Amino acid sequence: MSPSVDAATPRAHARGRLAWSAEELSAKALEVRRDIVTLLTEAQSGHTGGPLGIADFGTALFFHELTLDPRDPKWVGRDFWHFSCGHVTPVIYSLMAERGYFPLADLLKFRRFDGHCQGHPSAHDTPGIEVSSGSLGQGLSVGVGVALASRLDQSPRRVYIVCSDGEQQEGSTWEAVMAAGHFRLDNLCAVMDYNNIQIDGDVEKVMGLAPLADKYRAFRWHVVEVDGHDLAAVLRAFAEARATPGRPTMILARTVMGKGVPFMEGDYRWHGKPPKPDEGERALAALDTTFPAWRARLLASGGGSGGAGA
Amino acid sequence: MNLTLKEPVAMKKTREGWGRALVELGEADPNVCVLVGDLSESTMTHFFAQRFPERFFQMGVAEQNMCTVACGLAVMGKIPFYSTYGAFAACRDLDQLRVTACYTNLNVKIGGAHGGISVGPDGATHQAMEEFAIMRSLPNMSLVVPCDFHEAGKATKAAAAWPGPVYIRFGREDVPVVTDERTPFTFGKGEIFGEGDDLTIIACGVMVYEALKAREELAAQKVSARVVNLHTIKPLDAELIVRCARQTGCVVTAEEHQVNGGLGGAVAEVLVREHPVPVEMVAVWDRFGQSGKPAELMEAFGLKARHIVAAAGKALARKRD
Repeated sequence: MSPSVDAATPRAHARGRLAWSAEELSAKALEVRRDIVTLLTEAQSGHTGGPLGIADFGTALFFHELTLDPRDPKWVGRDFWHFSCGHVTPVIYSLMAERGYFPLADLLKFRRFDGHCQGHPSAHDTPGIEVSSGSLGQGLSVGVGVALASRLDQSPRRVYIVCSDGEQQEGSTWEAVMAAGHFRLDNLCAVMDYNNIQIDGDVEKVMGLAPLADKYRAFRWHVVEVDGHDLAAVLRAFAEARATPGRPTMILARTVMGKGVPFMEGDYRWHGKPPKPDEGERALAALDTTFPAWRARLLASGGGSGGAGA
Repeated sequence: MNLTLKEPVAMKKTREGWGRALVELGEADPNVCVLVGDLSESTMTHFFAQRFPERFFQMGVAEQNMCTVACGLAVMGKIPFYSTYGAFAACRDLDQLRVTACYTNLNVKIGGAHGGISVGPDGATHQAMEEFAIMRSLPNMSLVVPCDFHEAGKATKAAAAWPGPVYIRFGREDVPVVTDERTPFTFGKGEIFGEGDDLTIIACGVMVYEALKAREELAAQKVSARVVNLHTIKPLDAELIVRCARQTGCVVTAEEHQVNGGLGGAVAEVLVREHPVPVEMVAVWDRFGQSGKPAELMEAFGLKARHIVAAAGKALARKRD
């Protein structure tokens, strides 16, 4: 990369694996949460709780773990990432924009006719979304296919699939779990947003899943259980997944839905609705900013802030 | 062109044409992969498995996963061909096909074996007769229904070169070989297999043979019937359909599929818009199949040449009115 391009390129947008520290990730995760609340308040449509809960480990994934090039999403040297739980688009798009896939201002057209940020991820519309999703229970199978292809190509590529706890109720999920264990796909790492909340309430009340760790181990997976908001622990889990041969790894990330906004935390009613304008203001106050200020930041910066320490 | 039936006609399976073509494709392109759901001999993918074991994936009895794993392979530039019975490939996997394969527009190729009433003794559950309607409704999906062994091979090779998801429908039984290696085949274009002026019979799959038989019977009644092999139902060769309707004035469609949403529907939709003429449809009339011998089922479900001849009579009468 030439010096002139380098100077114009925020550090957060660089090609490769960023390997940021837990402290840097924490600062970026706060910005991601502000993006999420702002875009949802602007759109007045979309899911709030899950995206806020994913913000921490999602930031660790995008700004530490993944090797990628946001300007060349199909770069052959990339890792593969995919969100099987497509409804968490607010965090997906925020992470993508902060990482440099597209301008931050695009977030303000979430779910709008004149924007590319569809309600659920669309490969047809958004550069960098490689596979569309939105119907639960399909993403892990996609990961199995990418992992098999990467193995055939003798590629060092790693495959990361983010999934939700609710979609563990889909039978097709377990077909994928079975296949990943059968094929010993140690280049595959799944991260579950395990907040124990789905649309109708507590997962254990709707359709119990416990003990998930035992279930995955029985299907020949390596399982790491972490606090999904403890960034140092999440980074250790990613490292453990890399170092585990012969088995895919499931990182069971225990999260709090709505994390970072006290009046949303752990309340299932925030699964599928956006904050009303006044609620958005209160949420952004809890995140140490205001709606007009952060909205202006998204509009102005276009290509992202460069992140902590940039 | 006029394709003549040579009696006794040779009999061969369409799914064998697919299985043999997969080996040729594998030799030509290292990106070609094959997946199967515990049916490697039934779907004739065992030829590929023996030749390229490292690129063959046994996925077990888990068709939803097989479809979406194939999608993942396609994301990384592989050309995955997967197969199972049409009942599962089209119906069980519909959600996977809709969201992951078609909405993303991934380069996956689906071999739907055991389509049609002629599947026989296995009965209704295994006689897939809804695939055309399903595939026609999915944006980005293509649908090919080869008429015999040779065409099945050509369709399989053409699918490899056609970008995006392609569904190819095969039957279970040996069926008459009506084409040879040199018979023209262009993906997305129908082919006139018999010239005629009084009406056009548009058929696909094994019904192409029945249509050619019907053409002979009609000739004995001094009726000149054109036969079109419309192997590709999507994308549809609307230009050919309209031209035939203009030139012959009425149409009979023939398919081994439910009447709702099938080949007949596709043809009728075009003609209603572009050039309305009488259309009669030979198809399975909105009912499930049953066990029996293939030949007796084809007769009982109204899918023989004589049923096409009867439909031609109705179409001609409406044309005269």
